[in-house]
Amino acid sequence: MAVDVAETPQAPGPITTRTIQVTVNGVTHKSTVQNRMLLVSYLRERLRLTGTHIGCDTAHCGACTVLVDGIPVKSCNLLAVQVDGRKVQTVEGLASGGKLHPIQEGFHEEHGLQCGYCTPGMMLVSVALLAQNPNPTEDEIRRGISGNLCRCTGYVNIVKAIQHTAAKMQNPAKGGP
Amino acid sequence: MYPPNFEYYAPKTVQEAIGLLDQHQGEAKVLAGGQSLIGMMKLRLAQPAALIDINRIPDLAYIREEEAALVIGALTRTAELGRSEVVRARYPVLSDAAAEIADPTVRNWGTVGGNVSHGDPGNDLPACMMALGAEYRAEGPKGARTIPARQFYQDSFVTALRPNEVLTQVRIPRAGPGTGSAYSKMERKVGDFATAAVAVQLRVGKGGSIDLAGIGLTNVGPTAIYAAAASEFLMGKTGTDSDLKRAGELASDASRPFPDNRGPVEFKKDMVRVWTRRTIAHALARAKGGK
Repeated sequence: MAVDVAETPQAPGPITTRTIQVTVNGVTHKSTVQNRMLLVSYLRERLRLTGTHIGCDTAHCGACTVLVDGIPVKSCNLLAVQVDGRKVQTVEGLASGGKLHPIQEGFHEEHGLQCGYCTPGMMLVSVALLAQNPNPTEDEIRRGISGNLCRCTGYVNIVKAIQHTAAKMQNPAKGGP
Repeated sequence: MYPPNFEYYAPKTVQEAIGLLDQHQGEAKVLAGGQSLIGMMKLRLAQPAALIDINRIPDLAYIREEEAALVIGALTRTAELGRSEVVRARYPVLSDAAAEIADPTVRNWGTVGGNVSHGDPGNDLPACMMALGAEYRAEGPKGARTIPARQFYQDSFVTALRPNEVLTQVRIPRAGPGTGSAYSKMERKVGDFATAAVAVQLRVGKGGSIDLAGIGLTNVGPTAIYAAAASEFLMGKTGTDSDLKRAGELASDASRPFPDNRGPVEFKKDMVRVWTRRTIAHALARAKGGK
């Protein structure tokens, strides 16, 4: 059985906790968490939403990126108590009704992944980028994803996937370039 | 990797936050963006007994240009600073820096107040605030006071902010006509701290000579450094090649870098010399209407 790190006792003194209410992918959860619990651990270990990955655990790699109130943040560098009352979106919330989100289609069509470890973070940061700037240049895309590391693709197909998605979201009938 | 245990408070007012800080007598830390603090807690470099999360306090995030000053609320995210039109138009040193702080995702959460009050010599905004002659508003149990950025930084992670004070606002003297500013950061890769970085603001008077100059240096000493001699040297000069060269040498003399993976002392000092010269040239070009 997996050990829930959040429940591991720590000496000395009692571990302090707090009850939070968080809406994750449209579902509201009320949970009592340790003050020190990281958002990424809350998502993975408490809610069992394991699509959000832990890469470097030092806020460099971006594998743990989720959207908080629509804004990308590194969930390994945020406490669960900080998102009390807020809305969180993870990769599990992208597809709806069995239909892939356009960014997922883009990564699928352009082969925007190899091992897939960085992919959830890459897709979420891209969703926020395209919401702010629906028609980004290649340079804007590369700057936009510069907080997310990929060690397989060399980024070429990731950039293509985001361009594919941008084109498709602007003109759904044509289905991309 | 979990931080050690701590008490967590989410006050709704600055007064409440000050009361909590006062009550914990130096054992509490203010949590703004937390983009440095939480990482340090995970590594046990910081183990505060309590975190005072100021994110629930309304009206601490704003950028406003007033008659005499540009005022920035402590909770303004660095991404917001980077998007501000008024900042880009008249205080571009801050736009330049905002584009190079950590990475875009970190900038979404990291704050201006956190960046200037944390006290890490690698933070980019302190040198900018020194160049701009900014003042910080510190609110404590006995009321508010202002601290000039040039006198704020005492040692690595040691600042003039008292343990029971909250930094609530940055106030920058309004940039008048003929003012130009720029920030240049030498970094090995996105997200790294500077090998060396230079912030410059100057103003070219009607006669064509410089009548206001400020130069700040990032990550080339135990704190951000105000290069006073280099700044004073520029006063009354027109900004010839030899003026810029001499100012670069004086700024380099003011730096006190440590050797690390980013390079030895001699290299860093030389980078301060070269990048100061280039950054002054950029600020001068902007003062004369360029980009």
